[in-house]
Amino acid sequence: MLKAKHKTGLVFFPAFDWAISPTHPEREERLLYTRDQIVEEGLLDIDGIVELKAGVIDPIDVQRVHFCVPDIGSIMTESHFISAGGAKTVGCAVMEKKIEKGFALVRPPGHHSMRVAHGGRGFCNVNNEAIMIEQLRAAYGIDRVAIVDTDCHHGDGTQDIYWHDPDTLCISIHQDGRTLYPGSGFVDEFGGPTAAGATLNIPLPPYTSEEGFLYVVNNVVLPVLEEFKPDLIVNSAGQDNHFTDPLTNMNFSAQGYADLTRLLNPDIAVLEGGYSIEGALPYVNLGLILAMAGIDYSNVKEPDYDFERLRQSAEVTGAIKKICGEVMDVWNNRHAIRKQMCSNQDTAERRRNVFYDTAGINEFQHETLNICSKCGGVLKIDSSADTGSHILAIHIPKKACDKCKKTGRQWYETADTGRYEMIMMQDRPEDRFLVRTAS
Amino acid sequence: MASMIIGLDVGGTHTDVILAGENGLVNRAKVLTDTSDLFGTILTGLDRITADVRPEDISHAVLSTTLTTNAIVTNNLHRAGMIVCAGPGISVDAFKICDDFHVVDGAIDHSGREIKGLNEGQIRAAASQLQEKGIDCVGVACKFSTRNPAHELKIAEIISPMFERVFIGHRISGNFNFPRRIATTFLNASVYPVHKAFFNAVQSSLVKRGLTMPIYILKADGGTMDFKTSIDFPGQSILSGPAASVMGSVPFADTDAETLVLDIGGTTTDMAVLVNGVPLLAPEGIELNGYKTLIRALKTMSVGLGGDSFVRVDGENIIIGPERRGPAMAYGGDAPTTPTDALFVLGKAAGGDKDAAARGINGIAEKLGVSVTAAAYRVFDQTCRQILENARQMVDMINSRPVYTVREALKGRRINPDRLLMLGGPAPYFADHIQSISDYKVKTVPHWDVANAIGTALSRTTCEVTLFADTSKRVATAPAERFSESIGSGFDLRAATDMALTLLKDKALSQGADVKDLETDLLESLAFNQVRNFHLVGKTIRVRVQVRPGLVHNHEAIVRHLER
Repeated sequence: MLKAKHKTGLVFFPAFDWAISPTHPEREERLLYTRDQIVEEGLLDIDGIVELKAGVIDPIDVQRVHFCVPDIGSIMTESHFISAGGAKTVGCAVMEKKIEKGFALVRPPGHHSMRVAHGGRGFCNVNNEAIMIEQLRAAYGIDRVAIVDTDCHHGDGTQDIYWHDPDTLCISIHQDGRTLYPGSGFVDEFGGPTAAGATLNIPLPPYTSEEGFLYVVNNVVLPVLEEFKPDLIVNSAGQDNHFTDPLTNMNFSAQGYADLTRLLNPDIAVLEGGYSIEGALPYVNLGLILAMAGIDYSNVKEPDYDFERLRQSAEVTGAIKKICGEVMDVWNNRHAIRKQMCSNQDTAERRRNVFYDTAGINEFQHETLNICSKCGGVLKIDSSADTGSHILAIHIPKKACDKCKKTGRQWYETADTGRYEMIMMQDRPEDRFLVRTAS
Repeated sequence: MASMIIGLDVGGTHTDVILAGENGLVNRAKVLTDTSDLFGTILTGLDRITADVRPEDISHAVLSTTLTTNAIVTNNLHRAGMIVCAGPGISVDAFKICDDFHVVDGAIDHSGREIKGLNEGQIRAAASQLQEKGIDCVGVACKFSTRNPAHELKIAEIISPMFERVFIGHRISGNFNFPRRIATTFLNASVYPVHKAFFNAVQSSLVKRGLTMPIYILKADGGTMDFKTSIDFPGQSILSGPAASVMGSVPFADTDAETLVLDIGGTTTDMAVLVNGVPLLAPEGIELNGYKTLIRALKTMSVGLGGDSFVRVDGENIIIGPERRGPAMAYGGDAPTTPTDALFVLGKAAGGDKDAAARGINGIAEKLGVSVTAAAYRVFDQTCRQILENARQMVDMINSRPVYTVREALKGRRINPDRLLMLGGPAPYFADHIQSISDYKVKTVPHWDVANAIGTALSRTTCEVTLFADTSKRVATAPAERFSESIGSGFDLRAATDMALTLLKDKALSQGADVKDLETDLLESLAFNQVRNFHLVGKTIRVRVQVRPGLVHNHEAIVRHLER
């Protein structure tokens, strides 16, 4: 009889009746063959693997993380509520020790969704992991969280949300942004002045295989986690590094993903991308679940898996070693970098364009962070989009000092409603979300 | 006109037999079950009920037996062999179900594509080994055989001449789950001889008695199959007992409400839920003695709490069940005491030794420092409350079942039964109190003590069909029905549903259904666009249909009289 070493909970929500469009990669069929494989393997009959029913999130769960413009109803469909709800269900079950580990096998995905959301980006509308993490922080008082994003695309949404949070470590391992959407995620993107080094990007060359991914895990991810000492490790478990994925150019495998999962040992995994729905997902998901549960996965192999054929070149190996060295330099020097970035400045500003490829929207953001020696710092974002929306978004961090709390609330009260269609505030110390409009 | 039906349900203590006709219950009998001679018990029951009846007046008989169930729970299985092939995934060694378990090369993937061929020599060698050990019944199960049965069929073709009987996985169930397919196939092979011997014994002894009416076997899903079909699917007769009780409650359930069914027995209370008069099915299949199967079953829960449950005191608390240590003291049990004894002390039950019951309850009263009556009341009250608590847990469990579509998730349909139907020997003694301490509207089923046999008699033939269609491959298949047909590119969900329903009706009729009883349900219906290399290449369609578990069409006339 098979028995899981770690009691593992699964939320499986394949959204068999939801698609971005009929032939879009993010369509009804995406998890069909994964379900077939999981059911055929009898995975849910294994002692110590339980299936949980996806709950639904509440508006406040979204509002802790996102400024949805103009409102939640315009950004989220029912499927997003359930997908994020699946992550929340798994997270709560882990915190309440009903399960040791949890995997939310849900769609639609979320890791390209940033703090301000005017629409869909990279098939994502809201950030499932961030919504779950902030809900767990509000309900269970956890503090330090590490997110390791193993999707082939840079987790730019998650990075944006935690850019100024020194207590959330965001590590993204992805195909080099010069060769793949969303075109970001370079080593020199390492977080804002008060949180530098808490964002780490590991861009990998195309055709990286098992060897390369496991090198990164062993030589960067695990040592950094060891030092960061998170209360919770969350894996954004995208599966599009697979050698059969139609959108990417990597050579990862089900065995590799399972090994990575075993080494990383995450408390919670949340499915992200992965669009080789027949050749990869059934096997990668099976391997991942078995690895989380601590069950032998050595026989989980794709029919056309060939270790030697997929092997990366010496050139790729060399490039990866070099990148890992650079990332470790950032990590090891993070305190000095923060000090340097904060010195002699009261505020830090960012101006940038954000393109919502799924929704076809252009946004311009002007972000101002109050540099504070006592906390991560209150921040405001002036956001305008070519939809005509113009809003001011204020974020008071959960652990904000009294002065930053006061500043944030003052910004909220005094902003000009003539200038902004809406003034929105995430007042995290009070766990509330406020909106002010002219009328 | 032949219009009477025999219903027979073999229970752990008693075997209940009834003869029902248009005038209601014509005859009823209880015979003691002799587990060492179940054939004898069944034949005695049939004799008792048919003694003064003309054979030509009986339309058919339905039997709910525990032969196969007993064989499994007592590990008295006929030695059967297995030949399996698996391919990539969880290592197949984890599913080794018996000593004579042979894994052969070959693999089919989730899309039904062959990824590794069979090795005929290896199959023959495995079969020879089984044959040398004197094994005559063999099961064949391959991973994903319900997507593509070619490997199972080929193996069966090779080995069939070497054995008395070969059971083939995809023929028994069209559903996914390889480990359960292995277990289901194995159990069918293992109980085949006992079921076949039973079949022969019943047939010949009925013929001797001049009884030639068709015989049906009750299944765990509350439906029946004809006796002949049961030879091909002997595993379907497993665990029909709880289904018999549920079906016995169906005629008395409101068809516009959710109803909880409680069958209170000596050792256990069996629970089930009826939604608008229709029993809920278990999502996967029977689990029995560690075997998880694909055998369709009603969703029932059995708790170790009944009239004969062992009652004792631990500190301040009374503990009831889950064990049974013998009959109630009122019925000659030699201690310890039971809830039934409490009923005697409270004057609710009669016909037993009230003094003995009081002696038993006195033991409890002394430990608790209360009067005998007070102790009896506490035992009685707690039994009712524990039953209700278990019922609540079952409803919660049903409501926490995951759903896979936005539509279902939003519908968020939760069951919340407000009616309660009770049956089983002690049912009427408990009904009033359960009504007074809960919000349920409680009713005791007429003829509560043989309602299981009535349910058995009135059940209709049921079955299930799973159909796959793939418009890019231009084919629709239902491997369990040996069906495969080419389809056009415009084939859609509606056409698939029609095709599945046609197959379902043919199957039901061939298994003995009455054409008037073909009430069908669509259990699953999914259609997906298949996109390959960014082009729409077709649709993949899944349809699962059933004949709904329910009562034979002419049950109303019979039931009207029962209610009087």
